[in-house]
Formats: sequence, C-alpha cells, structure tokens
Amino acid sequence: MQFDKELDARGLSCPLPILKTKKALNDLTSGQVLKVVSTDPGSVKDMQAFASQTGNPLLSSAEENKDYVFYLKKK
Amino acid sequence: MATHAEIETELAPGSALDRAISERIDMLFERKLEAKLAEINAARTPSMTIIATKGTLDWAYPPFILASTGAALGWDVSIFFTFYGLELLKKDLRKMKVSPLGNPAMPMKMPMGPKWFKSIQWNIPNAVQSLIPAYEAFATKMMKKTIKNQGVAPIADLRALCIEAGVNLIACQMTVDLFGYKHSQFIPDVKEYVGAASFLPMAREADVSLFI
Repeated sequence: MQFDKELDARGLSCPLPILKTKKALNDLTSGQVLKVVSTDPGSVKDMQAFASQTGNPLLSSAEENKDYVFYLKKK
Repeated sequence: MATHAEIETELAPGSALDRAISERIDMLFERKLEAKLAEINAARTPSMTIIATKGTLDWAYPPFILASTGAALGWDVSIFFTFYGLELLKKDLRKMKVSPLGNPAMPMKMPMGPKWFKSIQWNIPNAVQSLIPAYEAFATKMMKKTIKNQGVAPIADLRALCIEAGVNLIACQMTVDLFGYKHSQFIPDVKEYVGAASFLPMAREADVSLFI
C-alpha cells in the first residue's frame, strides 16, 4: 500500500504507539496515509479504537512476522 | 369559501384535522430532534477529569497513561492532583519510589539474567523486607529496569507528553499547605492551585471522571 509517512513504534508499550501515531498524523495533510509498525499486541485493538474515536480511517491492520502493521488515513 | 366559523369547527381540539396536524408535528419534531442531537453530539468534544491521589512510582502511571491517551483521542482532559498525588507534579521525579512492603499483589521478579531466573517469584515476608537496608531503593531500581526493558515510558516522559497534548494539570492548594510545600517545588506547567469547589463543577461537566 502507498503511504506518505512511516512511524516505527516497535518496542514501545501502551500508550506510546497511540500517542506517537497521533503526533505523526498531525504532520500529515487530509487524505495522506500513515504507516505504523508496532510490536505491542495491545495496539491491534487500540489502533481500531483510536481510528473510530478520532475519525481517521484505519485502512488496514495486519500482522507481518511478529510486527503489527497499520495504515491510517488522515481525515 | 369556508367561513371563519367553519374553519374553527374543523380545527377544534379533538377534531380529525386537529389530530392529524398534531400527529404530523410530533413525527416531524422527533425526526428533527434526533438529527439535532446527533449534530450536537458530533460537534462537542468529550471530556475527562481524573483525580490523582497516589505518589508512588507504580501509581504514577494510570493517571498519566489515561490522560495522554484521552488527549490523543481528542478529548479535553484535566487531572486534579491531591494528597500524595502532588508528588507527580514535583520538578524532580527521580525520588519517586515503589514499595513492595505491604503490597502483596506486586510481582517480585528480577529484570535480568536467563529466562528461568527472571521467572522466579521472590516471596519475601514483610518482616524480612522491613529489616533489609535500602530494600525499597533496590526494588525501585529493579522496577525501573523492568519498565525500561518493556518499552514502557518513564513517568517524566509521559508527563511531558501530557503537557504537550494540552492536559490541564491542577493542584490541590489545601494539600500544598497541609504538607508544607512551596509552589516553586512544582513544575511551572501546573495551571492552577485550587480546592474541591473548583474541581467538582469541572467533573460535573465531564463525560468520564476517574478517581485514582
């Protein structure tokens, strides 16, 4: 998937992946896509909740070799 | 053409026309109200108030984790620090400790060494803990190492993230006086020093209010 910015949140625990995602989204303009890579298993559900609460659509959420990879579109 | 009197009879309370109009208005009103309420809900920012009352290293986490996450979700967040919670506003957080003494729920595991060693649960009786010099300092050191190993943010970092995200930090003036603290001991980001009467109206308006 195409993306405009990548955030490496590997090795970080709750709530840091979410806080860093929020910060990274601030640097994007509407319609741009952020890729987030995390190793925190809790971030799978948290990222869904973050997306629905903030209205930034979660385009995809997948597991790739022990990493969790998310694509979020800035609203 | 209908006369005045005829129209009045048709519209008289309880008449067929009167009932039809009334039903129609009710239906339109309900539909409008629903749309309006949804609009109001979508436009308003959710808010959360937290009361932080504890000042040990372990208990410092919940208020700052919840506040920073709430702010990331776009909520308005305020934390009211009272009693030992004031420790979390001190300029120097390095003195913050965790005590395993009288805390039977705290896992006592070593953060270093091989896997089998790390999995040992060190059950040390309270009476023994209290006699070992610097036991609390040692436990705090081990806890800080575990926190670092697990990629959990240090308290100072989480607090800085809260400040950056616009979380309101409010201190209880009564406790400041009670414990003989000075405002200069606290970070300048403390928005105000107030009492319960100032905090409660904020909590009343909040969607989420937590006591920690």
